[in-house]
Amino acid sequence: MKKEIRICGFGGQGVILAGFIIGKAASVFENYHAVQSQSYGPEARGGAARSEIIISDKKIGYPRPLSVDILLAMSQESFDSYRDDIRDDTVIVVDPDLVKKHEIGRPLYKVQALKIAEELGNKIVTNIVMVGAFTSISGLLKPEAVKESVIDSVPKRFTELNIKAFERGFEAGKNALKDLR
Amino acid sequence: MKYKRDPKRIRQVLGKKVQFILGDMACVYGGLLAGCSFFGGYPITPASEVAEGMARRLPRVGGTYIQMEDEIGSIAAVIGAAWGGAKSMTATSGPGFSLMMENYGFAAMTETPCVIVNVQRTGPSTGQPTLGAQGDMMQARWGTHGDFEAIAFAPSTVQECMDFTIEAFNLSEKYRNPALVMTDGEVGHLRERIIIPEEKDLKLIDRVEATIDKKKFIPFTNSQTRKNCKVPDFPTFGTGYRTYVTGLTHNEKGFPATDKQPDHERLVKRITEKIIDDADKLVSVEKFNLDDAEIAFVTYGASARPTESAMEMGRKNGIKVGMLRLKIVWPVPEKEVHKLAKQVDKIIVPEMNLGQMVHPIREAANGNCEVICAPKIGGEIHYPDEVYKYLEAK
Amino acid sequence: MVEVKTAEELNKKFLREGMWPTIFCNGCGHGVVLEYTFWALEELGWDMDKTMFASGIGCSSRLPGYINADGLHTTHGRAIAFATGIKAADPDFNVIVFTGDGDCAGIGGNHFIHAARRNIDMTVIMINNFIYGMTGGQLAPTAPLGSIATTAPYGNIEHPFDICELAKALGANYVARWPVSHPYQPIKSIKEGLQKKGFSLLEFLAPCPTAYGRRNKLGDIKKHWAWYDDNTILIEDYDKIMKYGSVKEKEEVKDKMQIGVFQDIQKPGFFELYDQLMERLKVEENKKREGKK
Repeated sequence: MKKEIRICGFGGQGVILAGFIIGKAASVFENYHAVQSQSYGPEARGGAARSEIIISDKKIGYPRPLSVDILLAMSQESFDSYRDDIRDDTVIVVDPDLVKKHEIGRPLYKVQALKIAEELGNKIVTNIVMVGAFTSISGLLKPEAVKESVIDSVPKRFTELNIKAFERGFEAGKNALKDLR
Repeated sequence: MKYKRDPKRIRQVLGKKVQFILGDMACVYGGLLAGCSFFGGYPITPASEVAEGMARRLPRVGGTYIQMEDEIGSIAAVIGAAWGGAKSMTATSGPGFSLMMENYGFAAMTETPCVIVNVQRTGPSTGQPTLGAQGDMMQARWGTHGDFEAIAFAPSTVQECMDFTIEAFNLSEKYRNPALVMTDGEVGHLRERIIIPEEKDLKLIDRVEATIDKKKFIPFTNSQTRKNCKVPDFPTFGTGYRTYVTGLTHNEKGFPATDKQPDHERLVKRITEKIIDDADKLVSVEKFNLDDAEIAFVTYGASARPTESAMEMGRKNGIKVGMLRLKIVWPVPEKEVHKLAKQVDKIIVPEMNLGQMVHPIREAANGNCEVICAPKIGGEIHYPDEVYKYLEAK
Repeated sequence: MVEVKTAEELNKKFLREGMWPTIFCNGCGHGVVLEYTFWALEELGWDMDKTMFASGIGCSSRLPGYINADGLHTTHGRAIAFATGIKAADPDFNVIVFTGDGDCAGIGGNHFIHAARRNIDMTVIMINNFIYGMTGGQLAPTAPLGSIATTAPYGNIEHPFDICELAKALGANYVARWPVSHPYQPIKSIKEGLQKKGFSLLEFLAPCPTAYGRRNKLGDIKKHWAWYDDNTILIEDYDKIMKYGSVKEKEEVKDKMQIGVFQDIQKPGFFELYDQLMERLKVEENKKREGKK
């Protein structure tokens, strides 16, 4: 098994943390090999940012994705810029409120991550909602492992909020799966 | 008060045994595990995470972090701290490494143990600050003026960033020479799993401190307590040896001997031979599919990753290709490369520059096979395809 | 606990064996500063095993070689940064830097600025002879306007650096300038500087007859030494004249170099604050651990 995942959004949305959580879940809380890399513009806030993870049951040589198996998009600009190497069977998950122009002539998964985060009282956890959705849609990793990784990676005082965000995202992902079927 | 390494405390500060961290951070962990108690640094992308990691952790283990005014000051403070008895390190990238060159030579000349992590980025000049390269490999070897020997590691993984930083400390302490961790922006900014070694599995080397009668002690000569050892015992400042340490050519007592040819030759031969004599012991390579190989990649650091993928593609397609990965790049494992050159028809050297390590490798091959460079520049590591195509090229 | 009575005894105690004679020329001021430093150390009774010296490049930077103590003779301009590391390795060490005007105010200016700003606990003794003496008389950043150097053959047109004013502005704890021609104040000042926690700067105006005096027609060695008496004025006297003096008096002193103690304050030094930081972290962590129980 080898999966290449890209999470993209704008700087400040926490796409790097999201990638970090997934990579850690795979390699620390499960026993896969994982690498996570990132690229971003010079801006600390704004601008397109992406975080990429490779999960494999074998040692990982080349550390960047060669063709993306799963794409999670959290902003229009990043969805537009970081889509050139996707395949017909690439799993695409977008937040339709953040990526309004997402019609690319084929079905994709829609998860209203920002809306859910706002319902939880803090849009800062939009990325964690996406991590939850990724977990149920991809089925790659055990939900407990990803949840552990979330808890391990966020500040203690926000643990509860992030667990909720993860769980709501996980449910939303399940619903998105149903919707597409 | 002087720092005393407290393994329990270090482990408390480092946290869990298995972690998913940045290559840069792994250098921090390696340093702390090795007993580093002083870090002098200056922020520079993509090495700043090393300084940040140290700033957060050193005061919690009882060590000292100082953000110096520039990289010249950083390496200077690191050398000063070493003479004060600390294990010390700094981290930088190309532009900072260039600034450090004069004092890098000072460390070699004065036989000062210290570690420099270079998270290489593209150059020349400011280049591409956030992106990786391997453009300082020759600078590591020849960047300072005069004759000296370099000791340099090249990690390919985050785990190796930690392991090699520990090893760099060990060799710098053993040989009393600066040791380099020549990583790059690609590995430095990669996150991977690391496993922190148990204390009992950790092999640490400390410099041999001077212990003999102060009147009989000679600071810059073969060890007076170990047989056939060209590394002198270390008279830590403050222990009463009252040593004069100078970057000028000096005699065995440490006194300037700037106009004396024999003194210079004796000194510089000893400080280089202490490493050259042990070159065979300093070989650290990883071999892949070399037994029946007709073509071999010789590579290091981040470049080894796509090269390994390319080698696997080659094997799948029936090409007898193997790979020699250098973990220690300086000194170059000349005998290993020479032996390999006699076996294979071609050696290909993928590296993230227009050809640096290919030169000593070609020298070691000594005409026994063709040695070609597989360069990649511009801040990206090679795609496996790009490396693979060298296997099919005639 | 003054044991030593004569200069001979003093030298026997503090000079490193085997390094004699010095590289210094006739009429040079460097040896005198070394002697003053010895007297100050003798009067303080410091443990010379725990007192160490760093220096850069230049005549002044050769001084640690002559002292029977640990000494790090480093690269041009960088001594203060090296010394910062030595001090960090063990803040109980007494760290003294010998440097010159070129080494400290020229190539090493940035290290000087930041060590003073950080208030690193060290004593910097900068010997200012207005010239790069060792290398044959090139222009120094402290050279007076109009003075001649091999690289300013038609007279210096650059304004000289006042290193004491700089140190003062940076908040150094102790700043003083003296000519080397009289021993009393320099020795007293060195003692004060050494004892001071945090950063102290002692600037000594010292003649360089070979590279500066000769070229600038300051006469023989005796006359050259006398130049310092005629061209310096105590800070207090200068201030008084500038406040109450006649136009003529003001005109007379306006170009003289002020000497004396420029600053004597008690700001916490870097390592004091670093210790407090470590202590604070310890307390916070213990609290956290208690909380968990």
